[in-house]
Amino acid sequence: MALKGNLRDFSTTQLLNLVNLARKTGKLSVNSPTIGASLYFKEGRLVHASTNTEDGNLTVMLIKTGKLTKEQAVAISKKSGSTSDNVIGKYLMDAKLVSREDIVQGVKDYMLEIVYDLFTWHDGDFFFDQDSESPSGRITMPLNLDNVILEGSRRIQELDKLQDELPDLSTIALKITDKPLRGVKLTQDDWRVISHIHPRNSIKQIAQNNNMDEFQIRKIVYGMMQAGLVEIIRPEGLEPKKKKPVTRAARKAASQSPAEKRSVVTKLIDRIKRI
Amino acid sequence: MQTVKMVITGPFSAGKTEFIQSVSEIDVVTTERKISSDAERVKNETTVAMDFGRITVDDDLVLYLFGTPGQRRFDFMWEILSEGMLGFIVLVDSVRPETFREAKHILEVFRGYATTTPYVVAANKQDLPDAWTPEDIRIALKIEKEIKVLACVATDKETVKTVLLELLYSILENMQTDE
Repeated sequence: MALKGNLRDFSTTQLLNLVNLARKTGKLSVNSPTIGASLYFKEGRLVHASTNTEDGNLTVMLIKTGKLTKEQAVAISKKSGSTSDNVIGKYLMDAKLVSREDIVQGVKDYMLEIVYDLFTWHDGDFFFDQDSESPSGRITMPLNLDNVILEGSRRIQELDKLQDELPDLSTIALKITDKPLRGVKLTQDDWRVISHIHPRNSIKQIAQNNNMDEFQIRKIVYGMMQAGLVEIIRPEGLEPKKKKPVTRAARKAASQSPAEKRSVVTKLIDRIKRI
Repeated sequence: MQTVKMVITGPFSAGKTEFIQSVSEIDVVTTERKISSDAERVKNETTVAMDFGRITVDDDLVLYLFGTPGQRRFDFMWEILSEGMLGFIVLVDSVRPETFREAKHILEVFRGYATTTPYVVAANKQDLPDAWTPEDIRIALKIEKEIKVLACVATDKETVKTVLLELLYSILENMQTDE
């Protein structure tokens, strides 16, 4: 089934979160009116990225990240006589132009630059092609999306959007999820927030305890929510608004015994099966 | 005569009226008006107060299905319709991700009205080629794993029956947990 839409309605953060949680494999194409980007995933990990203005091969990646000059790239391409990233990479290392670590870091930085840029897009049609694999001959590097989402979310600067996600800070608290924190890069501010998470503490109280303003706390909480590290709960002691049943049906239902209630539901089930 | 009610809610054009029409034994009593806003002109008419369908169980028991108006300017009706409901269904338009945020908002509002009332999410329009899968919609709307997200085609009686039955099974489970 298709996974398509527009970033206006479903943001990059939400998209990557979906790919991450559903452990999806395939190609995500995003096209804004001016530029297009393609991200490739394997089992929920980002493995390759390119834009429609650049090929995304190894030499382009290394030039863009300052590890290789254009002249060096041309020379090595001629010498290797190949367009395969693996072959070119080997030539580059043999010629001692770059180290293995340079290649790893260059590829990683290049992919992250594209994906972080995507977080700032507010418009663009997207389509996820589940059958598409990363282009042949290109180096792939599996990157954990948790950290990408966390960092990308930090770059979202729109208070409006954050307010939309977390409307009233005084009526919501946080709960740490079961997701292991090991391997996730948290900032000092993230840790300060985490240390104050308690079912009785609303997000507003956590902000006050840490001398953070609403924008700061929204950014941090939103980033951790998108990375699946925390989830929203209702603070303990803040009882939900209880409404007394006012309709005749509600009054009758409220006066029924559990067995009577079950009997009503069972009758409904039998009736609907017969429709 | 005992009457029980279920509420079918969801964003504008999610398919609430069709959902009720598929199983109601009476012609759905609907309060639709011509669409006046160009932005909302994905269909010709919209529900402004509520839809109303009925399923008679026996001489002593009747199930009423209430469909809420989808547009937010009629949301004053939501709380009135939610009073005393046995359970509710949030219908999501699987081919219009631009409505997911609104669907989540509606879900949260209804959960606020009735915190312990069981509900299910129905991913409607699954017969269309661009439909998001129920599992993708679960993630997109951040629906907890305990809540059922069901594939649905509101014009197909069988899938509508399945959604209603799954809600009733959830209601039964909820009753057993409460005891």
